[in-house]
Amino acid sequence: MERESVSDMSEEPGTGPAPPDNRELQIRNAKAFLLQADKSGLSLYEHLSALLSRILSERPPNALESLAELSSELQWARMNRGLDALRTPKEDLQVYGKAEIQRTLFTNTSGEGEESEDVEMLESPLPNLLDLAHLIQQAGLNLGRDEAVRISLAMKRLVDAHPLQRCRFWGKILGTQGNYLVAEVQFREGEDDEAEEGGGPEEEEEEKADEEEDIPEEAEDLPPKSTYRPPPEIKREEYGTGANKYVYFVCTEAGAEWVRLPPVTPAQIIAARKIKRLFTGNPDAPVVTYPPFLGTEANLLRAQIARISAGTHVSPLSFYQFSEEEGEEEEEGGAKDTCEENPEFEGIPVTELADSLSNWVHHVQHILPQGRCVWVNTSTKSEEQEEEEEVEEEEKEEDDEPVPEVGPPLLTPLSEDAEIGLTPPWTVSLSSHLIPQYALAVLRSNLWPGAYTIASAKKFETIYIGWGVKYSPEGYSPPAPPPPQAEYPSGPEISEALDATIEEEQALKAAQEEAVAAAEEMEGEEEEEEEEDD
Amino acid sequence: MEAENLQLSLDAVSGSGHGLSPEQSAALRTSLLLLRRDMQLARVWLWGKILGVRGDYYIAQGVAGGEQLRARKAFYSLNCMDWCLLPPATNDLIAQAHVVTGRFIGDPSHEYEHVTQKKVDEGDAAYSEEVTTNIKEESRLVATIAMIDKEAAVVPRGAFVKNPVGEVQINHCFRGLAVNEAKKFSSYFHFTPTLNPTNKSLLEQADLNPALDFLNSLEHDVPKGSWSLQFEQGGSVLILRSLLWLGMTFYHLPLTPQHGYIYIGNGERNIDLPFMI
Repeated sequence: MERESVSDMSEEPGTGPAPPDNRELQIRNAKAFLLQADKSGLSLYEHLSALLSRILSERPPNALESLAELSSELQWARMNRGLDALRTPKEDLQVYGKAEIQRTLFTNTSGEGEESEDVEMLESPLPNLLDLAHLIQQAGLNLGRDEAVRISLAMKRLVDAHPLQRCRFWGKILGTQGNYLVAEVQFREGEDDEAEEGGGPEEEEEEKADEEEDIPEEAEDLPPKSTYRPPPEIKREEYGTGANKYVYFVCTEAGAEWVRLPPVTPAQIIAARKIKRLFTGNPDAPVVTYPPFLGTEANLLRAQIARISAGTHVSPLSFYQFSEEEGEEEEEGGAKDTCEENPEFEGIPVTELADSLSNWVHHVQHILPQGRCVWVNTSTKSEEQEEEEEVEEEEKEEDDEPVPEVGPPLLTPLSEDAEIGLTPPWTVSLSSHLIPQYALAVLRSNLWPGAYTIASAKKFETIYIGWGVKYSPEGYSPPAPPPPQAEYPSGPEISEALDATIEEEQALKAAQEEAVAAAEEMEGEEEEEEEEDD
Repeated sequence: MEAENLQLSLDAVSGSGHGLSPEQSAALRTSLLLLRRDMQLARVWLWGKILGVRGDYYIAQGVAGGEQLRARKAFYSLNCMDWCLLPPATNDLIAQAHVVTGRFIGDPSHEYEHVTQKKVDEGDAAYSEEVTTNIKEESRLVATIAMIDKEAAVVPRGAFVKNPVGEVQINHCFRGLAVNEAKKFSSYFHFTPTLNPTNKSLLEQADLNPALDFLNSLEHDVPKGSWSLQFEQGGSVLILRSLLWLGMTFYHLPLTPQHGYIYIGNGERNIDLPFMI
């Protein structure tokens, strides 16, 4: 474009001698030509003037050489200048948001001195997750290379935020809209704030319930009271024992906030056994099932974690032993409920571990059908109930004392586990057949698909990555609803009878007449007797 | 999951927890290459792994020519090294193996016994007779693979094209789904020729491209909610998990041609799904 203009300019003076007024006209014509605007609304005149003013202001050393460049630069600048009114929508907000969340993991937020960190490092309960990731990879599981680092950093944050004595990556539960990363922790004694608070709200609820019961009695014309009495509630196990031995934290992804799961109650475990449900990935989501499950998804998650732990946490034989002191005390009770690490554990060769299931033992207590690890007698009633039931108890003989439920004791070998239909509950194998010297023993649960235990000679790791659903050989069918309550007492006064036929009526009439006749005869006899007596 | 970029693909699906040990993946890289040479295949991919009680089956699939959909061959291996060709799945075979339930054993020659009551009419006397059929685990394996392919194999829209002759070929122009599209079930297709084409309204058909939309999308799958769609690893990988076949994971990196699926599971269909969602 500007070449043309240059040539135009050069040509113009050479158009020949002309009278001065004619020359002025020619200049005016030329200027008019240059001022013609093209489609973009820009004229050559403007372009040239902008170009020249730039050259004059910048004064480049080789103006002629860079003329073409400057001209095209100017034009590019003009093209990019305006923003379109219709912009392309911004995408990937989610990706950036997540990257921002993950960024917080990598920035070292703790501004403490280095010395204190050194002390913490020695005592820190933080597990070596990269080591775990390596171990489980040998077993054919995969945590993801980057993901393992992220989870590890997330666990570090958890350890930094709470006074923990023990912390372990429990595993991962997949859900339909999100997944849960689960950390199993134990607080240092006496430093758990929420454990003591836990009992508070429940008691309040009970009080409220009592109040509600009292109110209707004041009103007249009461509707009939329900005679239904819920079965006695089984108390949940104390924090630090049984199914509530550990506290669990979950988060939906590395970097998100850790959410503490509420302690599990026996009722929840019993309900969780009856349903089969996938998790959604939102701890506050309602669990709509039949039979009903009391609580949100966080409660269900906690119940499933307790069940999975009880079923699949296993260790090589004699890695754990019963603690001696407690053992003596509790001999009367029968079951010992704690075990500790055996300092004299010498390790079992991996080939032996892979050969026989009797070299593996459960080190988490079995959950009884009652929903607790330690059985409690629920037939001891509270005072109120006793008063109410006094009348009933007079009528029927007192119930027999319920037989205590007994599960397999702690440290029972896996070889005694029940089979699932025809399939064995465990599959054990070596991680490598080519280099058996350095192979690991891999134990896979068939009852809880996704539960693995990997053991080398001296140490072992247990992890669960799965859907949180128990395997059942047959299809699940929800239990039938309970029989409906009887609306009225069934008896001859209420139930409808068939009308008697004529023959029956006649027969009855005849019978009655006979009876009357017999009575008369009797009376007659009696009279006679009386007469005789007289 | 292509044999060439196995490691990358396994990392993408690592959210499901399953993978291969280093030994297995190294062995697979070698043996799949040899399998391709020996069977004169154009393309080989690792299909997945079926976990048995005593051993696991590694499954690979391959195609010999340009046709990607119909002429697939399946192979299995117990040690990631020696591959055996599986017979093609016929409807009879699938119907026969359908009755077998329970876990895979891990031994291809294992025979499941199935007892059925058969009514026999002989003149007046009608009595039922017990008929025992033996089903080899190998045929159950064939049927299971065919069933999973039919119900849970997934490809993103546009990854394959149908040429005028009717052959289904890889679309080399496929550059990946946009993030917005990747969130929709309608962008994913069942990669199987056996489904009946659903009747679509004219309005829906107007937007379709016959070269691309020759498969059924996941949108109308029954029961609703039988897929779990998530973005994982910081939103960079799209993961689709089948809830009907727990263990089936599909991955796609939006805006890249990377996609694939792998099945690592029990080989049992989740018949309880309606109660679980």
